[in-house]
Amino acid sequence: MTIAGPLDQDSFDTGHAQMSACPACVAAPSAERIAQMAPPKDARLMFSLPMAHCAACISTVETGLQAVPGVHSARVNLTMKRVSVDADPTVTAPQLIAALKGVGYEAHELDAGLLSATETDKQGRDLLMRLGVAFFSMMNVMLLSIAVWSGAEAATRDMFHWISAAIAIPTVIFSGQPFFKSAWASLRVGRLGMDVPISLALILASSISLFETIYSGHHAYFDAAVMLSFFLLLGRYLDHRTRAVARSAAEELAALEVPRASVLLDGAEVVRPISEVVAGDLVRVRPGGRMPVDGEIVEGASEVDRSLLTGESLPVFAGVGMLVSAGEVNLTGPLTLRVTAAGKDSSLHRMADLVAIAESAKTKYTSLAERAARLYSPLVHIMSFGAFGYWMWQTGGDVRFAINISAAVLIITCPCALGLAVPAVVTAASGKLFRKGLLIKNGTALERLAEVDTVVFDKTGTLTMGAPEVTNLADHPRPAVEVAAALALASSHPLATALAQGARAAGITPADLTDVQEVPGYGIQALWRGQPVRLGRAIWVGAEALDQTATYLAAGEGKPRAFTFEDRIRPGAETAIAALKAQGKDIRLISGDVEGAVANLAGRLGIADWMSGALPAEKVSLVRSLTLSGRRVLMVGDGLNDTAALAAAHVSISPATALDAARTASDIVLLGQDMAPIGDATRIARQATRRMVENFGISAAYNVIAVPLALVGSATPLAAALAMSLSSITVSLNALRLK
Amino acid sequence: MEILTILIPVSLILGGVGLIAFFWAMKNKQFEDPSGDANRILMKDWDDKPKP
Repeated sequence: MTIAGPLDQDSFDTGHAQMSACPACVAAPSAERIAQMAPPKDARLMFSLPMAHCAACISTVETGLQAVPGVHSARVNLTMKRVSVDADPTVTAPQLIAALKGVGYEAHELDAGLLSATETDKQGRDLLMRLGVAFFSMMNVMLLSIAVWSGAEAATRDMFHWISAAIAIPTVIFSGQPFFKSAWASLRVGRLGMDVPISLALILASSISLFETIYSGHHAYFDAAVMLSFFLLLGRYLDHRTRAVARSAAEELAALEVPRASVLLDGAEVVRPISEVVAGDLVRVRPGGRMPVDGEIVEGASEVDRSLLTGESLPVFAGVGMLVSAGEVNLTGPLTLRVTAAGKDSSLHRMADLVAIAESAKTKYTSLAERAARLYSPLVHIMSFGAFGYWMWQTGGDVRFAINISAAVLIITCPCALGLAVPAVVTAASGKLFRKGLLIKNGTALERLAEVDTVVFDKTGTLTMGAPEVTNLADHPRPAVEVAAALALASSHPLATALAQGARAAGITPADLTDVQEVPGYGIQALWRGQPVRLGRAIWVGAEALDQTATYLAAGEGKPRAFTFEDRIRPGAETAIAALKAQGKDIRLISGDVEGAVANLAGRLGIADWMSGALPAEKVSLVRSLTLSGRRVLMVGDGLNDTAALAAAHVSISPATALDAARTASDIVLLGQDMAPIGDATRIARQATRRMVENFGISAAYNVIAVPLALVGSATPLAAALAMSLSSITVSLNALRLK
Repeated sequence: MEILTILIPVSLILGGVGLIAFFWAMKNKQFEDPSGDANRILMKDWDDKPKP
């Protein structure tokens, strides 16, 4: 039935409703039909542009992309910092990323399929629509209310009240729905959420005003009811937007994991989803590809990059009989693997399980807003009912008067400012950080970031770019460098690329070589002026291996020469660490790489406390033991080996180049290459939390003044309107003070 | 006070026009990229002739 289900659906969709007894009979024509129905359509590509910030950027990017043949149109969205491109199907994403790099912009591909789901942000539009209606009504009702407050009498006042009612009541019914729904949901599970008093205030204010209007009373709270809906919806909308922006940008950076594998069946390659690969299958991995499964190499020789799994910065030799794990990158030669574990059993998946365990062990953080709401909801209800009871007793059963007082109390204490206090600050702060290239994925991340006192960094790919840089080019005679550069050009191995790049930067023209040949897993060999030359592993060229990252050149007579490399430090890493130190944070470095490389980097960055050769579980236990000793840990990492530690930390940051799993596990994503914003982030987070607390203070202060007035029955609609709008505006302005 | 019979409908209609304009803007995705639009008016690319 599981097979027949989707097929029936398919034949139904395309208008061929006849059911077939044999599912396979339907399968073949239906596949054909799908192929016919989907002619090659224009590709729609999306890229994230973390560096775009001005009008000139829009121009440069759009004209730069339009210059690429096959591109029909390109449009930058500066708010979301992305560009969408309509192009021929032949145009590929890497091509456009290269074009963007050519005009000076860093770009990451986004998954357009996933994006279209959030682009039509239904919930956001819905809230905005309700907000617009509430704003329109607020303005109109306020106009009429001012006439009443300034002394309209008798029939005029009643008419104004009636018109207000005609505008306000439909508005409250329409705009108040988000609150009514959530209040009902929380009441059903027996909780008193923030939305319960809000809904109560909205309903009570509208109905008591309608009652007063019918009996031509003096006071109607229609303006208060619509104003409440407006300010509360504003807070709700800001809150929603922060989360929507974060979600769309963070989760849709295109997936790095391979969902498919090329399986060898009787000598032919068949592309299969990983879920269908079983142990014992033969899988082929091309150079540059990521291992989809765990396996043993049965054919081929190459080098593999394990940095994302273990943090090792050096590629490792891989030959027949060696074991490789899913997630490693094949660098130089094609490999054939016999699958030992795929899917759920693969090491990649086990790592993900580790994350799940860490996530579940994470104590749930109670945000400032939740704590405030917990205190606030019962208090408001008690006061309102208390006022009702007291005035019933005092006036000897005057229900109308008592309800009026209790409605006034509810309206005045209604959390306009409270509802804006946190969203306004979070919006201001995350907007500020977004412009600096940091994306806040989680609403409470800012509050948690503010509490951090210890920062743990990963090395490879986080503090370093994960790309080596040649260091001793000048130590070698020019002809040797020319030969090395020419050899390096023939390979896509990271060290070779780095060497070729270094030589180009130094203005060296590669020598003329013949018979250039790459020996996968070992290096490159060629003939230079009739002599054999080799660039590659120490053993292969006959050199003594140094204890640092290096590649070796054997050319003519004399000892082989070593070209040494260093992993380039991420731009802004020094600034970020200096800033964090200045804020009195304890900095640690923990890496899966070898001791030499870690010690070197720690020395260069001035980190005293470091640890090398750490396994993923050790990273987690370090974070956990720090947490147990009462510290609040910020973890910054990018690899799969960091993922569990990222999830276990109080708050975590990962760069945009990190693996999917790492980005998902972290609370904040660093969009650009530059790391310096991390220093600002902790500062802004601290400031933002202070503003939130101040905002709670401000709204409490307004209540302290206004609530006694309401309780003794001397609060007029004018006083309620003043208290409400003044406190909301003060709170918003306070949020904008963020620097 | 008879003037009110004209002024109040006028004010309501004007407000309603604003509301309809807002709905139109929402439907036509005018709020998709506020900061981009703010910057685009500074561009000189299509000053001589409109974009084809």
